[in-house]
Amino acid sequence: MNKMQNDNDIVLRVEDIHKCYGKEEILKGISFEIKKGETKVIIGPSGSGKSTLLRCINQLTIPDKGRIWLGGEEVTHHKKDINRFRQKMGMVFQDFNLFDHLTALKNVEIGLMKVKKMDKKEAREKAMEELKQVGLERQADLYPAQLSGGQKQRVSIARALAMDPKVMLFDEPTSALDPELIGEVLEAIKKLAFGGMTMVVVTHEMGFARSVANEIIFMENGKILESGIPYQFFSNPKYERTKRFLNKITELYGE
Amino acid sequence: MNEFYYFIRNILLPSLFEGTLVSIKLIILSIPLGLILGVLIAVGRVYGNKIISTLCTVYVIFFRGTPLLVQLFILYFGLPSIGIFFSPFASAVIGFVLCSGAYHSEYIRGAIQSIKTGQMMAAEALGMTRFKAILYVILPQALRRAIPGCSNEIIYLIKYSSLAFMVTCVELTGAGKIIASRYFAYTEVFLVIGIIYLLMVSVVTKLLNMLEKKLEIPGLG
Amino acid sequence: MNENLALIYQSLPYLLKGCTITIGLVGGALGLGFVIGIPMAVGQVYGNKYLSGLIALYVWFFRGLPVLVLLFLFYFGLFSLIGLNLPAFTAAILVLGLRSAAYQSQIFRGSIQSLGEGQMLAARSLGMKKSEAILYIILPQALRISIPGWSNEYAILLKDSAITYAVGVMEILTRANFIATRTYKPMPIFLACAVIFIILTYGGVKILDLLENKVRIPGYGREER
Repeated sequence: MNKMQNDNDIVLRVEDIHKCYGKEEILKGISFEIKKGETKVIIGPSGSGKSTLLRCINQLTIPDKGRIWLGGEEVTHHKKDINRFRQKMGMVFQDFNLFDHLTALKNVEIGLMKVKKMDKKEAREKAMEELKQVGLERQADLYPAQLSGGQKQRVSIARALAMDPKVMLFDEPTSALDPELIGEVLEAIKKLAFGGMTMVVVTHEMGFARSVANEIIFMENGKILESGIPYQFFSNPKYERTKRFLNKITELYGE
Repeated sequence: MNEFYYFIRNILLPSLFEGTLVSIKLIILSIPLGLILGVLIAVGRVYGNKIISTLCTVYVIFFRGTPLLVQLFILYFGLPSIGIFFSPFASAVIGFVLCSGAYHSEYIRGAIQSIKTGQMMAAEALGMTRFKAILYVILPQALRRAIPGCSNEIIYLIKYSSLAFMVTCVELTGAGKIIASRYFAYTEVFLVIGIIYLLMVSVVTKLLNMLEKKLEIPGLG
Repeated sequence: MNENLALIYQSLPYLLKGCTITIGLVGGALGLGFVIGIPMAVGQVYGNKYLSGLIALYVWFFRGLPVLVLLFLFYFGLFSLIGLNLPAFTAAILVLGLRSAAYQSQIFRGSIQSLGEGQMLAARSLGMKKSEAILYIILPQALRISIPGWSNEYAILLKDSAITYAVGVMEILTRANFIATRTYKPMPIFLACAVIFIILTYGGVKILDLLENKVRIPGYGREER
């Protein structure tokens, strides 16, 4: 239906994640797992904890309780190795977070040179290759301030991919973009999904979700309320709240 | 009038030459060292643990809250009483470095805190350690933003280097006082000295502006 | 340790008398700088080419020379040249004040310019003369905006006051040095002197912060503090 699933290895396993900010409990016990080549899309109202969840996965935010496994190795409670794990998880932010003092090419190179310790020539070749994949080889020497929002996000995808991650985490990748620029970024992400990358995508783009997701997960108030394959999820959601959310979204985004 | 020019050319300027050299030596040593110290203190305050951060804060409070002259007196007249002896030149340089380091650190700290948190997040998401992220992502941007403030402080240092004379290091101002009292020509001597300082400040200001232009990045700052 | 503390305790009255001199110096210089600085700022913003050029020259001179050089130049040189025989304290206030005027004028000039044209235009359109507009509309706002910069100037003047040691003013550092050379115990005395300066610096700035809060116009300018 959507894409090939290679084998049954579980690439990412998230178990019972809890996180509090002060007195507020943002994540109240999230668990799911994702197999190689799968794409899971997380949707839900703002404040449901979706971004926090993603940041707990690569430990940019440390969860209060719960465990995370990447390819069989436990990620949580391993402060010393966390950088090694982060290299294997690519993250794309809503605000792009490109390094403003570096050109597009250098943005992609820097992780290769400083973290993976590649030599300059190798790093440059790989970086150019990744930029080509997202269609931006001609913008290689431009600074972030000189790029459009869609171009910035594509560079940030290239930057994350250059590290050869096992899983890609997308945190509302198109929410900060002007409408006419959303398409180019979604295309790039779709290309990745069909190419077999394992991904977790937080988004409001339902059309996109329908076409790439192996599973849709609906989060509300820090819990997973409902999940299922796209066809069943969109046409026949189990819970009233899910239905209401989907209706609101289709009103807003006209799907 | 001729007497005046004769005095300036054949007596004053040659005698001030040595003093000017000493001033230049003081300045050339103190500026880079002060900047480096400023970066270390700023990073210590923003990213250090409780102990390091508090020590850095106490350091800044002391060196920004007391006059440079008091600091110089403590270094040159005070320390010998507990067995530490610095030469006049060394006391001056140490005093200038410690003092300007505190001021630089405030500008740099402000610049670091003005960098969006997303930059650090993106760097860490790539797998960079805190240290690498600070070195390759945060500081290159923060230092550019701190240039106006730090340039200001550098200009101040050039002027306050005159205080070295108060701890018996004979630089430009000191040389001037000695000549002026010998010939009782305070006005002439210090007008000339004033012009020399104005020249030094103008040249350095020009150089710093050129540096800022060179380091400009579209969209930064 | 105890003898050091005892020494500090004994020297305090003498040092604190120096405080009055220091505060007198700073107050006098700030005041002089304020009184001269405001007309200078107004002159630079609203005056003609020649006036603002002259003022710029003054600012360049008094900001470009080190304090020590200015003190030597005026106290030993210029004042005697024109036959002015001032005691060191007065001469120092004069010199520090003239210098502070240069810095303060730039603070006020920046504040006035940050108000934008609109304020002056509105005032003139009501029929006010230029001088009235400046007095009743521009300056009240500009002065409030200037408080942070002014409070910085206070801190700088306080620390510069120690340099007047070089012309013999009996302020805090001069007195500390006097005691140190007689008791052969420089460290405790100079450290006590440093602490006094820290208190005066941060205490003074705190007071000016309170002042800023008192005269704040709601919704205006800096919100954080």
